[in-house]
Amino acid sequence: MVWETVIGLEVHVQLATKSKLFSGSSTTFGAAPNTQAGVYDLAMPGTLPVLNEQALRMAVKFGLAVDAEIGRRSVFDRKNYFYPDLPKGYQVSQLQFPTVGKGSLQITLEDGSEKVIGITRAHLEEDAGKSLHEDFEGLSGIDLNRAGTALLEIVSEPELRSAKEAVAYLKKLHSIIRYLGISDGNMAQGSMRCDANVSVRKLGATEFGTRTEIKNINSFRFVEKAILHEAQRQIDIIEDGGRIIQETRLYDDDRDETRSMRSKEVANDYRYFPEPDLLPIVIDEAYIESVRAELPELSIAKRARFVSQYGLSDYDAGVLSSSREMADYFEEVVKICGDAKLSANWVTGDLQALLNKSDLEIEQSPVSTQRLGALIGRIKDQTISSKIAKTVFEALLGNTHSVDEIIESQGLKQVTDTGAIEQLVDEVIAANPEQVAQFRAGKDKVFAFFIGQAMKASKGKANPEQLNALLQQKLKA
Amino acid sequence: MSRRTVAELSRSLAKGEFSSTELTRDYLARIRAHNALYNAYITVTEDLALAQAAAADARRARGEHGPLTGIPLAHKDIFCIQDVLTTCGSKMLANFVAPYNATVVERFNAAGTVTLGKTNMDEFAMGSSNETSYFGPVRNPWDPERVPGGSSGGSAAAVAADLCAMATGTDTGGSIRQPAAFCGITGFKPSYGRISRWGMIAFASSLDQAGPICKSAEDAALMMNVMAGPDSRDSTCVDSAAPNYMTSLNDPLKGLRIGVPKQHLAKGLGAEVEAALQAALKVFEGLGATVKEVDLPNNHLSVSAYYVIAPAEASANLSRFDGVRYGYRCANPANLEDMYKRSRSEGFGNEVKRRIMVGTYALSAGYYDAYYIKAQQIRRLIKQDFDKAFQEVDVIIGPTTPHTAFKVGEKNDDPVTMYLEDIYTIGVNLAGLPGISIPAGSAKAPNGKPLPIGIQLVGNDFAEARVLNIAHQFQQHTDWHLQRPEV
Repeated sequence: MVWETVIGLEVHVQLATKSKLFSGSSTTFGAAPNTQAGVYDLAMPGTLPVLNEQALRMAVKFGLAVDAEIGRRSVFDRKNYFYPDLPKGYQVSQLQFPTVGKGSLQITLEDGSEKVIGITRAHLEEDAGKSLHEDFEGLSGIDLNRAGTALLEIVSEPELRSAKEAVAYLKKLHSIIRYLGISDGNMAQGSMRCDANVSVRKLGATEFGTRTEIKNINSFRFVEKAILHEAQRQIDIIEDGGRIIQETRLYDDDRDETRSMRSKEVANDYRYFPEPDLLPIVIDEAYIESVRAELPELSIAKRARFVSQYGLSDYDAGVLSSSREMADYFEEVVKICGDAKLSANWVTGDLQALLNKSDLEIEQSPVSTQRLGALIGRIKDQTISSKIAKTVFEALLGNTHSVDEIIESQGLKQVTDTGAIEQLVDEVIAANPEQVAQFRAGKDKVFAFFIGQAMKASKGKANPEQLNALLQQKLKA
Repeated sequence: MSRRTVAELSRSLAKGEFSSTELTRDYLARIRAHNALYNAYITVTEDLALAQAAAADARRARGEHGPLTGIPLAHKDIFCIQDVLTTCGSKMLANFVAPYNATVVERFNAAGTVTLGKTNMDEFAMGSSNETSYFGPVRNPWDPERVPGGSSGGSAAAVAADLCAMATGTDTGGSIRQPAAFCGITGFKPSYGRISRWGMIAFASSLDQAGPICKSAEDAALMMNVMAGPDSRDSTCVDSAAPNYMTSLNDPLKGLRIGVPKQHLAKGLGAEVEAALQAALKVFEGLGATVKEVDLPNNHLSVSAYYVIAPAEASANLSRFDGVRYGYRCANPANLEDMYKRSRSEGFGNEVKRRIMVGTYALSAGYYDAYYIKAQQIRRLIKQDFDKAFQEVDVIIGPTTPHTAFKVGEKNDDPVTMYLEDIYTIGVNLAGLPGISIPAGSAKAPNGKPLPIGIQLVGNDFAEARVLNIAHQFQQHTDWHLQRPEV
């Protein structure tokens, strides 16, 4: 039996607003417990919400970036349930009239093909606080610093068909929110959280199977593993003649398994109703246009521009535009050295390898755009060869010397003096009479041997073109 | 001196006839002498009052005073006052000291008023008799066997018995106007959105509105000049600046078009109240007004719609009282659920629990459309009825309540009978309109005591100044508002 996995993702993105969604309290991560909770966040009697306009703007920005309908009249609702880290006993969210309506997102699959994933909606809501179950000897602690932080919940259509597609979608979403600057998207710190709705069906079936919801998955890798695991669990149950129960499950990354949290069949009745303390948000064309004017160039447009403006391959342009930070880094280097192709090679090649090795993001790069640009500049003006450049690149790490200082102090400057190269060539020819005879007997391959010997003797500094020409000339003489 | 209106006291303070400190001491003495009987105050803030009075006297001496500087007032115990017990009439908040000031409190403080204390009220403003208070019922100063009305019963009784010069109240379905009628004083509920709700403990957010409880329409205008205006902390508070409500008080009423809802003169209205209303209409006609009948065809649905919408909002508003962060927490909870259940079961009184249950039911899956949505539709119809009426008339006048004050305990057995007492006031909240209750007559109780009768004047959206003007002109030509109970 061939099975197909059907996945829809609900992604909570913590918006990078300075203050909370409905209060003036700060949103800085990592402060001492309950130091960033004002009277509204604490649900003191008599307090009222006031919408943070910055959050609304960010939501609209996201909507425009995914070609979504912007709700001209969005309404906040109260979602009622009791929990100690939910101070008001209700969460202010948007049910019927979200700020962002239907949109779509294009993802690139492993085989290089593109797929469009529908976005059902994205709505603004406030985050809850945190319950702390350790360190209180049988009691629980409550930290309300996070309570009221602005979230954008982005809901996809159930159009993802594998764990890999789900990860590609999530990465694309991550790239967009970072491009837009509306969230840092840090999954480990919880500023991007993912719930996955997973079901399986026989390949070719048109009806969806019963789904389960996996809550709060906090890394790209775990999203993939959790979905793979959950799909297999469901397949096993069905193949054993069982039935899937619609429920919420939690992914345990230590054991690589999901387990039941609570059954949706006995789920809370959230008793949503319009939040009477807030007026409906009315968004007009002028507001939308003012947000549109602030939109940065997004990855798809950037990729196309990299191809046309810099003559890069589509592949390189894709890699370099995958994140705003990477694209900005690349363009900065081009600006300094004036050579886009060399810049692309270095950023996607040596630099990327270095970052991968050290598990760093490009914004944490140990080599600044200034130094990489200078290095490429020296290749371009033939001060050093590409090969020597790799040595200089290594030498840049762990110090603050400039590229020129390193070339100078380590004597890496390319030898272009014809007399010096000629002397090298003569020495190599004199030292290898046997190979000279072979070459003159017509064995062309031996030429590479002479290049190698001469380069070695010059410690790699001889100008390759000059060396080549002189060797040809002398061997054939 | 304590028996005068705010306007009179303001003039006396300005002339230096007495100081705010002397006036405050006088009120504090009256509270000490009479509060045990009326139970109008939950908390008396004597030290705060004397400090504010001294500050007010100093302000007057420097010439930095306004008309209300040094006037002693009482706040309904629904308004948060920083560092002062704020109970909302509930066991749930019997230990709650507010960490911040309500906007209304802040504005009175800035005007230099003197806070005598916090007045008793129905628990979480849910009630029409002030009998649901955890701190015991309030007694009507006209006849202590009778209720003062509710939910702002403590404020109304305190004003009527001269235990303060003026008081704040809140009105969700009649909670300012009905007690004002029962206590023979003036109570004004402005349009929804005219006064900030920040710091006013929510009962039903889309209906709650603060307002003045005092002895005359002129006093109400003086208080409105302090209370009304935009507040960035309340999104439902209107942005437009409030006018000066004093300047139009003496506008003539010639040509005023008065509408009397035929539904208000139907079955259920007491004969004495109807007689008082008719007499009042004659007074207005004498001032050049014309009277015609208007139709509010959906008014009979207002109580039903209100008792869906208000409890629905209340059921969510009161969820924060969970024993976790402040307020009442049960002893020795076994676990989280036990803590929730017992804290709320023990901390809330029966009327509050009844409304939380009704509201929770109305919002539940499968009932939401039949109750909550239907009630909102009725609310719109009621508003449309008023809009239509206001195309023909400038003000709608009718009774505030069907009857005069009833006896303590008289209506406790049947909540629906009690709810129906608010039949004339509730529609005004649902439509968000300004309404004032002013004294307009007197009936005799079987024990021979006089019982005040109130009439209600309802204006169009944000027509506060006009409503106060009409009420003031009535009071310029009648003396019902000057009558006082024997304390």
